[in-house]
Amino acid sequence: MGENSKKIIDINRNDDGVDRRGFLQCMAWAGTGALCVMHGGILKTYSLSEIAKGASRPAAGELSFVQISDSHMGFNKAANSDVAATLQAAIDKINALPQAPSFLLHTGDITHLAKPEQFDTVEKMLSAASAKQVFYVPGEHDVIGDNGKQFLERYGKGTKGDGWHSFEKGGVHFIGLVNVANLKAGGLGSLGNEQLEWLEDDVKHLSSSTPIVVFAHIPLWAVYPEWGWGTEDSAQALSYLKRFGSVSVLNGHIHQIMKKVEGNITFHTADSTAFPQPAPGSAPSPGPLVVPAEQLRSMLGLTSVQFVKGNQPLAITDSTLA
Amino acid sequence: MQKKPLFYERTGILAIAVLTLAMCGWANQAQTSSPTPAAASVTEVKIDNFTYGPAELTVPVGTTVTWTNHDDMPHTVTSEDKSFASKALDTDDTFTFTFTKPGTYNYFCTIHPKMTAKIVVR
Repeated sequence: MGENSKKIIDINRNDDGVDRRGFLQCMAWAGTGALCVMHGGILKTYSLSEIAKGASRPAAGELSFVQISDSHMGFNKAANSDVAATLQAAIDKINALPQAPSFLLHTGDITHLAKPEQFDTVEKMLSAASAKQVFYVPGEHDVIGDNGKQFLERYGKGTKGDGWHSFEKGGVHFIGLVNVANLKAGGLGSLGNEQLEWLEDDVKHLSSSTPIVVFAHIPLWAVYPEWGWGTEDSAQALSYLKRFGSVSVLNGHIHQIMKKVEGNITFHTADSTAFPQPAPGSAPSPGPLVVPAEQLRSMLGLTSVQFVKGNQPLAITDSTLA
Repeated sequence: MQKKPLFYERTGILAIAVLTLAMCGWANQAQTSSPTPAAASVTEVKIDNFTYGPAELTVPVGTTVTWTNHDDMPHTVTSEDKSFASKALDTDDTFTFTFTKPGTYNYFCTIHPKMTAKIVVR
């Protein structure tokens, strides 16, 4: 929607950046999940509603996992007064999948204010998910006040620096990056030299045919730098991944689904389980988007990813909570 | 005899005008709507739509500045030189700091670092 948003939202009568027609189009866009199939480094997307109609059908994979993001536990403003209920709806969706996913990825902003009880609530709720293992990377809200000390105490076991880590699952190399620590005035998300050096070393031993999945909170591509939606040194990180045939980058932070293909790399941002945010530049600020209660769940979601060994590297399916 | 009341009237109006101008000048300099000189050393910065308002504020030494977050998202008020740092301000939370030394204080939100502003203390 990024490049089209300016054309869609062309009349602004409420001084909120979104006119009614544009808003309805955004709703339709955000509420319709998409299946993405990466083939030879190119991501193809299929509408979930088309899958529901039987027009297309995702292949069963040998490895599947689910990405959830931006639970913002503790948020209770107009955009969603019950973020626990919508997280629970996401967990219910996970548990209803025909094949239990191997694990979960949470791409940050687990909590709204990094309070211990907010972390506790999410942990307790996710323990009821069919996938028992959860891998986390922090969002900027998870490191408020202590620059990530508590996050590391909870989830930092076996990680380096501010919580970056990698692991192998089903022949896929997963890399969790942290781009929310020590942010500088006026800047974007940042990885820092120490993490970049670690990344370069981490992938050095891998064969170029190893599928790579990178997950981090703030997008690793310039979605909308004016709102801080990008990572200043992501190009350096991605340069280490250029030789690989299949690289998928999963991010959160912007509370809406976006996809982009750049050479061998497909970028994917996930919906929030808590509240939607406006399309880039469509509002005066990236603050929470207040939508009618009955439409909220169609704008929140989770991402299920299936890895198929062979010629079909990754299929990413976005599902909404409605 | 008839001119005298008129003279008083004129000077009276002039005095009021001068006083009003002086007060407006002071009020503008201190960026406050408070008409009382005693309150002019207390100044407010509002956080709205991921923006500090005003983005640049000049105050005399000794001024106490109060920041209030009007957004639905938390923000911080953190000086680049670490001379002051708020905790995360949730909706309607405030942070105050009294500037006792002259200088330019650049500050930002550590959660949303695109948010930057400055206080100039003279």
